[in-house]
Amino acid sequence: MTTATTTDLDVAVGNAAAHLYVWALKDIPQDLRDALARAAETETSVTGQRVLQTILRNVNVAEDEKNLVCQDTGIAVYYCRVGEHFPLHPARIYAALKDGTERATIEHPLRSNTVHTLTRENTGQNVGYRVPIVHWDFIPDWDGLDVKCVPKGSGSENMSFLKMCVPADGVRGIKEFVLESIVGAGGKPCPPGIVGVGIGGSADYAMHLAKEAIARPVGTRNEDPLVAELEDDLYGLLNETGIGPMGLGGDVTVLSVHVEHADTHMTLNPVAVNYQCWAARRASAHIAADGAIEYERDA
Amino acid sequence: MATHEVTFPVTDPAEILKLRAGDEVVVQGHIIGIRDRTQMRIFDEGVEPPMDLAGAFLLHTAPGVRKLGPGRYEKICIGTTTSARMVRFTEPLGTQYGVRAICGKGGFPDEAIEPMHRLGMVYFAIVGGAAALETTQIEEIEEVAWEELMPECLWKFRVKDFGPLTVGIDAHGGSLYRDVQERARKKLEDIYARL
Repeated sequence: MTTATTTDLDVAVGNAAAHLYVWALKDIPQDLRDALARAAETETSVTGQRVLQTILRNVNVAEDEKNLVCQDTGIAVYYCRVGEHFPLHPARIYAALKDGTERATIEHPLRSNTVHTLTRENTGQNVGYRVPIVHWDFIPDWDGLDVKCVPKGSGSENMSFLKMCVPADGVRGIKEFVLESIVGAGGKPCPPGIVGVGIGGSADYAMHLAKEAIARPVGTRNEDPLVAELEDDLYGLLNETGIGPMGLGGDVTVLSVHVEHADTHMTLNPVAVNYQCWAARRASAHIAADGAIEYERDA
Repeated sequence: MATHEVTFPVTDPAEILKLRAGDEVVVQGHIIGIRDRTQMRIFDEGVEPPMDLAGAFLLHTAPGVRKLGPGRYEKICIGTTTSARMVRFTEPLGTQYGVRAICGKGGFPDEAIEPMHRLGMVYFAIVGGAAALETTQIEEIEEVAWEELMPECLWKFRVKDFGPLTVGIDAHGGSLYRDVQERARKKLEDIYARL
């Protein structure tokens, strides 16, 4: 954990974003390292072992060479928890996050992935219209700001699925859809990773929840025991499918299943799946009202 | 499952025919970096690639690089992208240019099995996301063409001990991806019966 102090909050938030983006890409969290090591201990297939040993070697090489774990610098996604009394308005926080993302991309330099969705022309330095993508939570009676950066690679993001199950499909329908999605995805999303599942709410909110789920530390459990039970059930079932590391066959198909839920309409039963690859990158910072920044890799 | 070392480009088809799905392979020599837009230019726009692809090993990549001067680049981070998007180029790469190996991550759909069998080609699975390691195995960026497609140019890399790769689809009709899917589908039937 490191601490820096600045007085200008715009600059502090921009600096935090620039640091978090690069840091997340290079230094994966401890919970993920532990989960990958456990996977290598349990995997019995020859190809699965080959893949997992290469992954562990790669994580060490990234550290030794101070290089990115994966070349896909992703689309920059930030989760912000803004205290009611934090002195910088969210409009300014957004501008600072965008500035930090752009600065990190130029200074490192990082590969720029962001394009206009119709023309496919590159729009700049990993920023563009509505990019970076920022999710907001507002916290009463607090004056701080938490920023979590989750650079999301396209190989796993392309393996996102939504189904509007009907109420009569029940929990069984939810489980079948998740199983079908992960088997269908095969090796494309770089398994073994984190499966994020969003249930309830509305179509868009279910996917939002699935995305929030993949940003949780590996192996954390939902506070609601019913939801946590669903997480455990899905984890066991998905690891029976034999898809294995990189889809080449094996015992370990997923490292963890995280489910987030919202109450929903009596006639809705939406299920969203968002996959996060084994290189599940994330890094966080807390910014105090005076601009002091505290970095936290494992949050 | 055997372990092999193969140097590219290959001139002897036996170098490809000896490989079986599941085998481990380490690659030496020269490999060509290629991606969606590069192949769209060759096949959809009909532009001849300015590099010899006979006997070549193609890597699905869009590298992170730093420009040093005209046509000269230094590697920063080179990794591999999802192959499935580019499966339709498999047959013309084999018939028109004599490409022998395609390497990427995540696998090729079953439609690649027949042309690879007929044309004596293989698909190599690399470990997706392991770009830091992959970068150390690329010794030099020797050539780049179509820089205006950056980073989806045509790249020529010299490699040393590139891998470990797994033969995902061999030149005998074998595919790990098809086998894994078939077993998983059967397993799903058991699981659904228990739900």
